[in-house]
Parts: sequence; structure tokens; C-alpha cells
Amino acid sequence: MTEIPEIIRLVPLQHFMLLSAILFCIGVVGVLTRRNALIIFMSIELMLNAVNLMLISVSSYHSDSAAQVFVFFIMAVAAAEVAVGLAIIVMVYRNTRNIDVDFLNNLKW
Amino acid sequence: MSVKILASLIPLLPFLGFIINGLGFRTIGKSLAATIGVSASVLSFGLSVWLFAAMTGSGVTTQEIHLFNWITTENTNISFSFLIDHLTLLFLLVVTGVGSLIHLYSAGYMHDDEGFGKFFSFLNLFLAAMLLLVMGNNFLVMFIGWEGVGLCSYLLIGFWNKNTAYNNAARKAFVMNRIGDLGFLLGIFLIYITFHSIDYNTVFSQALAGSPGEGVMVAITLLLFVGAIGKSAQVPLYTWLPDAMAGPTPVSALIHAATMVTAGIYMVIRANVLFSLAPFTLEFIGIVGLVTALLGASIGLLQNDIKKVLAYSTVSQLGYMFLALGVGAFTSSYFHVMTHAFFKALLFLGAGSVIHGMSGEQDIRFMGGLKSKMPITFITFLIATIAIAGIPPFSGFFSKDEILAQVFVHSPVMWGLAVVGSLMTSFYMFRLLFLTFFGTFRGTHQQAHHLHESPLSMTLPLLVLAVLSAAGGLINFPQLFGGGQWLAHFLAPVLGGEAHVAHLDHSTEWMLMGISTVGALASMGVAYSLYISKKQVPASDAVEKGMLSRLVYNKYYVDEIYDTLIVKPLSSLGSLISEFIDTYLVDGIVQLAGGLTIWVGRQMRYLQAGNTGFYVFSMVLGILIILTFNLLF
Amino acid sequence: MAEKLFYFLSFLSILSALMVVFSRNPIHSVLYLILTFFSLSGHYVLLNAQFLAVVNIIVYAGAIMVLFLFVIMFLNMKTESEKPLSWLMKLSGTLAGGLLLVIFVGVIKQADRFVPSEVDFNSQVGLVENLGAVLYRDFLVPFELASVLFLAAMVGAVMLGRREVGERNF
Repeated sequence: MTEIPEIIRLVPLQHFMLLSAILFCIGVVGVLTRRNALIIFMSIELMLNAVNLMLISVSSYHSDSAAQVFVFFIMAVAAAEVAVGLAIIVMVYRNTRNIDVDFLNNLKW
Repeated sequence: MSVKILASLIPLLPFLGFIINGLGFRTIGKSLAATIGVSASVLSFGLSVWLFAAMTGSGVTTQEIHLFNWITTENTNISFSFLIDHLTLLFLLVVTGVGSLIHLYSAGYMHDDEGFGKFFSFLNLFLAAMLLLVMGNNFLVMFIGWEGVGLCSYLLIGFWNKNTAYNNAARKAFVMNRIGDLGFLLGIFLIYITFHSIDYNTVFSQALAGSPGEGVMVAITLLLFVGAIGKSAQVPLYTWLPDAMAGPTPVSALIHAATMVTAGIYMVIRANVLFSLAPFTLEFIGIVGLVTALLGASIGLLQNDIKKVLAYSTVSQLGYMFLALGVGAFTSSYFHVMTHAFFKALLFLGAGSVIHGMSGEQDIRFMGGLKSKMPITFITFLIATIAIAGIPPFSGFFSKDEILAQVFVHSPVMWGLAVVGSLMTSFYMFRLLFLTFFGTFRGTHQQAHHLHESPLSMTLPLLVLAVLSAAGGLINFPQLFGGGQWLAHFLAPVLGGEAHVAHLDHSTEWMLMGISTVGALASMGVAYSLYISKKQVPASDAVEKGMLSRLVYNKYYVDEIYDTLIVKPLSSLGSLISEFIDTYLVDGIVQLAGGLTIWVGRQMRYLQAGNTGFYVFSMVLGILIILTFNLLF
Repeated sequence: MAEKLFYFLSFLSILSALMVVFSRNPIHSVLYLILTFFSLSGHYVLLNAQFLAVVNIIVYAGAIMVLFLFVIMFLNMKTESEKPLSWLMKLSGTLAGGLLLVIFVGVIKQADRFVPSEVDFNSQVGLVENLGAVLYRDFLVPFELASVLFLAAMVGAVMLGRREVGERNF
């Protein structure tokens, strides 16, 4: 129906997937190597965005708008999650005076 | 009403009596329990009489009553059905008739016992099981009844269950029965493998058509006979019967004289087609029967407990019945079953009456002179003794004589030994009679004070049985005296259509009859001279006996031999297994499983370090592994 | 031209993502994350997903990152307050992430090159009208449920943030 945009002609879908995978793995490394709760949270947001990128690229290439609606909802959920998550981090800080996740280890044997 | 319903009621009524009395004997009173028990038995007897009249009147020889299909698979169909033919009818009459009399007797005898209702429920259950045994249409229904009577024997022998010796006797009876039952069950299996059915009609018609080989028939019949050895107390599985005297006397009368022990004979007569095709087994049966007859009679010569004498007498008479079966005289064997039921039940009930009058004393060395104090008991006991000794004209003479005649045709040697046994029978029975009822009283003053004739509920059955013992010979009155041999003709359809009686010429028969009668009278004379003229009383147990009499008095030490050879090794094996294998091996494995779980749990809990970073790390690792597997495979 | 733009934007997003994870100062991390979001929005515009590009900036870079900044300022975090992990943990974390990347690359390599068909290709999928039509027609129920989700998150955040009586005010 309409002309295919240039990017879709030139760049294969695998490149977008690769980019998304790299961003996702950077996010995973961030979750595993940092101890600051806020930095971990930000790495999780990074992972979510990597997934968003993947979904939107797939949507554009396959001209399927369901994927973009899915991204829409992912953003909505991410927003709600950040609100509650930050409230929890503030509570943790109030009780332990720091936000080092290694101090939260009471649920053990 | 239809024959089917009425015939099904015959075993059902006692079973209902068992359930009602069994569940409610503590709440319903003694008289109600007795009424239910006795009436169930009497009603069964009435129905049996009705059935008998209906079938003989209509001329129908067999009647099959199919109740329901029991085991149905692809290639087998075993149904729960009854077969009513002449043999069944006769057994029904004897079982329910003698059973009813004994139920009535028990109402008086067990009156003071607190387990009164329980006793009647067990008696009814026994009756139901025995009726099932004789009415079955295939080997499996018979086996149900077979096991049922074994169970009731256990329950009733150990009725006074506070006494450990009685419990042991009951257990001994059950275990020995079980050994026989194993052989019986193997026989049934073999029948099924050979004939692909356990239905009487199918099996017998196939056997007659000649399909299986003789070796198979011998194997089948030997195995079936092993069951009869256990149930009917033949050598070597007979030692439970004397010990079973631990039960109440009506139990001994009903089970161990008149009905249960004749189940083996019923089985052989029922399967006479199979047994006729295996002459080796018949020989074997005859020899076993003869040995049992002699063994039982010889032990009975020296016993001092009134019930033990009767028990060994039962063993001996059962030996005679099997001897008759062994020589092919099925009718004579059944004739002896009937007359034996009458006079042995009478003897036991009379003994019960004596024990009741003597306030529980059972040793005949402490009795004597009871004939004036207990006249009815004395007269009936006398009649029964004369019958069992084989002195004409009472029933025992006719049945025993017929057996002896058939044995003589088969083998004069066996006849000679059988006559020796008969002499011993006469001797010990008259010894019992004389020591118990004649002479002076040898008991304590208290017993003498308490001595009285038994109540009507006990003496009435005695009288009825006495009449039957006296007149029972008419059932199969031999042709020699002009009789019609009614029993032989009545059983002819069951035995393959012929009367199956070997024929002797009349002079030989007269001679045989004469020899046995003279012998019986001579034994009576010897006993009279010993115990009445010389007033000898058997010595007490403290006196030293000669070696032979010690051997016989201690029952040839058979029980002790069994104990050493069989019981002790088995129980030591059992305790070995329980102490070592069970504790260490089996328990060890189970505990190992539990211990392993605990150990693994102890190690795994270190994973729960509470460190969130570690949890995430292991999550990522898990995802890695799953994805790798997906990628590679 | 579009190609070059793509590679530039990818380089930018990867670089800023790395800086998010590896910078010591939390405020720097936040700023780098905002830069990442901007570059991702650039990708979205390149793919003609205009609505989501804008929404990405508004919601993520505008609202969520601001929230993060609030909390960082609120908690007064300093650069030296975080004790670094042992080198073993860092190595194992990096290794796990790297292995994951290897797996993903392996998976992606197996996919065939997708060539969109000329005939029914619709490049206007990302536009507001089309997206709105799909959202309010096919996905109306999830849309309504998302509002319930927000309500729950709001209530949760408020309840969590309340001060109890007698609690220390730091």
C-alpha cells in the first residue's frame, strides 16, 4: 500500500534484535554486579526498554500494531512498578538507613 | 414360592441369624438371642424337608439354581449357584436336622455363659457356611463354605478366649486346616487348568469323556484329598481334633462329630467321577483311612477325659469312612456318615450332659455310678454306645458292617485290620460307659451334691438322637434282610447311575456279619470284666506305666514330633527374620530413605542465604541453561 | 542515510547503557539513562512509530527518571557510600550476562532474513490514529484494566509512604 521506509529496506530485522539483546544483557550485568538498589532498579528499566525496542521493530517490519499496543502496556506497567518500587526503597531506607541490598538478608536459613 | 427363593433361604436364614445375633447380642436378651438362633436353624431344617419332599415327589433328580454371575472374564465365567441333587438333599437334612437339635441343646447348656448370644451367632454362621459348602454348584462355592467352616471352627474352639491353652488349640486347628486347604486350592487350580472350568457338571462330563490323562487325574484327586485330610482329621493332620475339645461340648458335637469333619467325605462323594478315574488315589485314601482308624482307636483305649475318648473315636470313625471311600463304596461311606452323625452327636451331647451334671468335671476316673442320678442321659448314652460298637439291631451295625463287607471284597487283609479296629472301638466305648455310669461314685462330695439330670432343653435332643441312632439302619437296610437299600438307590444318580455296591454272596455276608458282631460282643465282655467285675479304675497320672502303655497314652508322641520337626524350626526362622532381616534390612532401607532426605535438605538450605543478588544470579543461570538446551536440542 | 543514522543511534544507546551500569555516581547513572531513552526514541522515530517515540520521552525520561532523581536527592546518596562487590561476584555477574548475550546471538543467527511483502505493507502502523483504533477497539479491556492497575499502584505507594505514629523523622 505505502512505500516501504528506507530503514526497513536497508537494515535487516536481526540488527535490531541484536541491539535489543545487547541492551538486555547490559541490564542483566547491571542487576548482578551493583549493590545499590536504585542502580539495580534502573538496570531493570533498561531491560524493559530493550524489550520495547524489540517489539516496536518487529511491529514495524511486520506491520502489526498489536506489538505496539503491547509496548504501550509495558510502559504503563513500568510506570506503576517504579512508583511502588521506589516507595519500597524509601521504606527500606527508613528502616535500615542504607539501600545496600546485601543488608536485606533476614529471609535465610 | 419358587424353588429358587426357598433354596436360597436355606443358607440365608442362618446367616441372618448370625448377623442379628452377632451385632446385637449385647443388647438383646439371652432368650431372644436363643430364639433367633434356634429358629433360624429349625426353619432351615423345615425348608430342607420341604425341598426334599418336593424333589422326590416331582421326580426331578437335580436342580440348578443360579444366583448371580460372579467372576466373568473373557474366557471364564464362574457363577455363584447352587446345585440341589440327592446328595445335597441328604446332607441338608443331616446338617440342618442335627444342627437344630444341637442349637436347642446349646440353649440349655450355655445358659449361664455371658457370651451366650455370641455363641449362637457363631453357630449360625457355621451352619450357613456348611450349607453353602454342600449346596455349591462349583468348586469355588464349596471352597467358600470350606473356609467358612474352618473359620467358625476356630471361633468356636477358642470361644472361651480368656484361656491361652484354648486359644492355642483353636489356632492349631485353624493352621492344620489351612495346610489341608492349600492342597485343596492347588487341586482346584489344577482342575481349572485341565478342564478350563470349575463347574461340577462341566468338569465331570469332560472327565467322563476321557479327555485328561490319568496322571493329571491322580494329581488332582491327591491334592483334593490333601484338603480332606486337613478338614476331616486324617493322618497326619489329625492332631487338632483332640485339642479341639477345648471348645464347649455342643461345638464338639456339631462341628467335630456330625458336620464339619464330614465335609471331606462330601467332597470326595461329590467328585466321585474324578476319584473313580484315579484308582491310585483311591488306594491311597483307603490306606490312609485304615491307618487313621487304627491309630485313633488305639489311642482311645487309654484316654481318661470323656471328651478326648470321643474325639479319638471320631478320628477313628472318620478313618472308617475314608476306608469305605477308598474301596469305592461311596454309598456305604455316606451311610456311615449319617449314622455316625446321629450317634456321635448323641455321645457328645450326652457327655456334655454328664459334664454339666458333674459341675465341669471331665475325667472319668472321678465319675461312676451316674446311671441312677442321670437316667435319661444314661439310657441315650447306652443306645449310642451299642450303636457305635456295631451291635445289631442299631444303626451303627448296618453301616459299619456294610463298610466291612465292601472292604472284604477289595482286600481281606484290610478287612482283618478294620475288624481289629472295630474290636478296639467296642472296647473303649464300653470302657467309657462302664467307668462313667456304673460302679460307685468316685468324685467329691460337692459334685455328688450337685448331681442332677439335665433340663428338658438338653434331654430332648438326646432322646431324638437316640431314636435316630436306633432306627437309622432302616435307611439302607441290606437286601440280606429283605430291605430295599433305599439309600443306595437314592444316591445312584449322583454316583453315575449305578448302585455301586459290590455284591457278595449271602453266605459270605452272613459270616462277616457274624464275625464282627461276635467280636464286638466279646470286647464288651472284656470291658465288663475289667471295669465292672474287677472294678478296675484307670490309674492316676502319677503312677508309672509300662513303656507301651506310656507310648499309647501320650498319643504316640505325635504332637511332640510335630513340634520338634515343624513348629520349632518355623518359629525360630520367624524370629530370625523378625530380629535381623526386618530390623536391619527392611527398616534400614526405610530409615535410609528418610535420612537421605534429611541430609540433602541440610545441605540444600545453604542455598537460601538471603542474599538477593545470589538469587538473581541463580535465576539467570537457570534461564541460561534452559535456553541452551532449547538451542542445542 | 538511514543506515548511518541507525548505527549512530545504536552506538549511542549502547554507550550510554554501559555508562549507566558502570558509573559510580547515581546521578550520573540517571542522566545516562535519560540519554539512553532519547536514543531509543530516535530509533522509534526511525521506525515510524511516532506515537510511542513521544510517549517514551514523556513517560520514561520525563516522569520516571524525574522520580528517580527525587528519590536520589531525598536519600542524599553520596558516591562513596556503596561498597563494591568482591571481584569474584563481579566476574561471575559479567560472565552470566555475557553468556546470555552469546545465547541470544546464537538464537538470532538462526532466524532467516525477513523481507516484507510489497503489497500489504502498512508503514502507517505506528501513527496515532491507527494505534488508537487498534487500542480502543481490540484491546479495550486491557486498557481499562490498566487503569485499575494504576489505582492499585497509587494506593500501594501512598500506603507504603505513610509515616506511622511515633516513627522517627529523619
